[in-house]
Amino acid sequence: MTDHENEHGRGHHHGHEHDDEYAAEDAEHEAYEEAEEEALIAETSEGIQGLRSRTTTSAGELRQEVGAVLRLPEGGYVDPGDIDIERRDDETTIINMGPQHPSTHGVLRLMLELDGETILRTKPIIGYLHTGMEKQGEELTYVQGSTNVTRMDYLSPLHNELVFSLATEALLDVEMPPRATWIRMLMVELNRVSSHLLWVATNGGDLGSTSMLIYGFREREMVLAFFEKATGLRMNNNYIRPGGVAADLPDGWEDDIEIICETILARTYEYDELITGQPIFRERTEAVGNISAEEALALSVTGPILRSTGVPWDLRRTMPYLAYDKLDFDVIVGTYGDNFDRYSVRLNEIRESIKMVRQIADMMPPGDFRVQDRKVTPPPRARIDESMEALIHHFKIFTEGFRVPEGEVYVAVESPRGELGCYMVSDGTSKPFRMHIRAPSFVNLQALPLLLRGGTMADAVAVISSVDPVMGEVDR
Amino acid sequence: MSGTTPSTAPVASPASVLPEVPRLPDRLVDQLAFPRRETYKQMVAAFRDAGFELCSDLCAVDYLSHPGRSLPEGMTAERFEVVVNLLSLSSRQRVRIRVQVPESDPTVDSVVEIYPGADSMEREAYDMVGIIFAGHPDMTRILMPEDWEGHPLRKDYGVGRVPVQFKEAPGPR
Repeated sequence: MTDHENEHGRGHHHGHEHDDEYAAEDAEHEAYEEAEEEALIAETSEGIQGLRSRTTTSAGELRQEVGAVLRLPEGGYVDPGDIDIERRDDETTIINMGPQHPSTHGVLRLMLELDGETILRTKPIIGYLHTGMEKQGEELTYVQGSTNVTRMDYLSPLHNELVFSLATEALLDVEMPPRATWIRMLMVELNRVSSHLLWVATNGGDLGSTSMLIYGFREREMVLAFFEKATGLRMNNNYIRPGGVAADLPDGWEDDIEIICETILARTYEYDELITGQPIFRERTEAVGNISAEEALALSVTGPILRSTGVPWDLRRTMPYLAYDKLDFDVIVGTYGDNFDRYSVRLNEIRESIKMVRQIADMMPPGDFRVQDRKVTPPPRARIDESMEALIHHFKIFTEGFRVPEGEVYVAVESPRGELGCYMVSDGTSKPFRMHIRAPSFVNLQALPLLLRGGTMADAVAVISSVDPVMGEVDR
Repeated sequence: MSGTTPSTAPVASPASVLPEVPRLPDRLVDQLAFPRRETYKQMVAAFRDAGFELCSDLCAVDYLSHPGRSLPEGMTAERFEVVVNLLSLSSRQRVRIRVQVPESDPTVDSVVEIYPGADSMEREAYDMVGIIFAGHPDMTRILMPEDWEGHPLRKDYGVGRVPVQFKEAPGPR
């Protein structure tokens, strides 16, 4: 109704042929447009969390948004003006990408400052998937805790359970039976295969290779089918628990593993044929989104992104946990730190993991799959009918949980995305006093402004994909 | 590893970094140091220069309901603690730094200048526990909406409080 009246009013004004009338009309129109623009900005604004115009941004913030992270040898930072020609606000456009954008792998929102097609500044805005899992972790006992953490990085749930269990066991100071350790190692390596397969698939999808998307998911399903057989669930397995694993491996697991290894290894060479040598894929990944080793270390970036710059840092090799020091495997590194290196590091890590899975299957020791300490692990079901103590232990573990000695511990494992850490504080009760997860995706996202700077808008999708953020883990 | 990796040969062992700062033995980390708030940033910088290239984790803990914890002699336990885990790739060592932060003035120096990667972690610690990092270029909430009230990981922040605050959510009709 108001619009209509406005239109009508304007029509009336046109009748008078006076210059000042026109000027007044223009001013009115401009004010109307400005108000409309302001309303639009207010509707989509993240306030001080978002990317703002250059005039209202401090130098320090600007430096982060252009990804100028390196310190100069004589101290002080690189001046954003040096790496980026001074722009005025009216020469650039700030646009919004996500959180519903299909290539953001969840609900990542990016605010980008563009000059034409070139990206100048980036600010990732996160928190859309925040569910307070660290707070929830303080409300759950150590027995229930692995159900919670497994939902953080939903593409590598077993790594989350592993780091939680290792932290709890470090506080408890219990020794794992060898079979429990080796089953854990088998499962997390298979999980790495499935996680990297999904990455190769979605990365292909982001770059327009729809067939890669389907093939990657097809192979991943083989691993998930084995997980379902062994743990009962495809994802969010809650299989690795403080004190060992939930159940022994199913009968005939060796055959399943051999089929999985054989098929997936052969298929990775098919991927080579499909995309590795493909000219369009090479064009879009080589020399796109470069990062140097110094920059990666300064930004605390770990995992395949750090390795793609040539730093052979893999916790499985450099700070071995479980029994990784008994396995023979290579740490895959890249050279240039670009999208293509990150792709080849992950593809080759699938092959390395398969190599490890085969060794683990050969060397799997017999014995218990969980620690035989009735204060930590529940007794077998059959014992409950025979023994009063077994019943009491079972009841206590599932109602109150076990008490963990006071102390604090930081444990880190190599997840498919980098260093996955758990800082756990115990006050001597059966619930963690504080359970902080150092999520690799959360930290790696800081590299986005640097990776995107100077690239084109069309490559942004490829670069976001190459960082491999899992938003469940970023926001927790 | 040659060429591309920064020259990171440790010039000093972690024990010789600010030896006057009290330490405690720990089973899993090589050094567990407890600097005062005033020397915290200096100590982080000293570890950086001693070859600890990567700030692997930074978080804050609220010890409101668990005041009695083991600290070096002569150190008073405050309500908050900021915990920094540093990693040396060249010597394969980890150190942990724990700083006491009082409730009356929950402020510590930001280490973003030393480790740019601490940016998101400090914002998270601010958002979740309400520690203010002096000198951080962009001290805003990172996970919660900017108009959220309170800091969820504080121990006096209730669990399951209703109504849930959401920006521009329709009010009760």
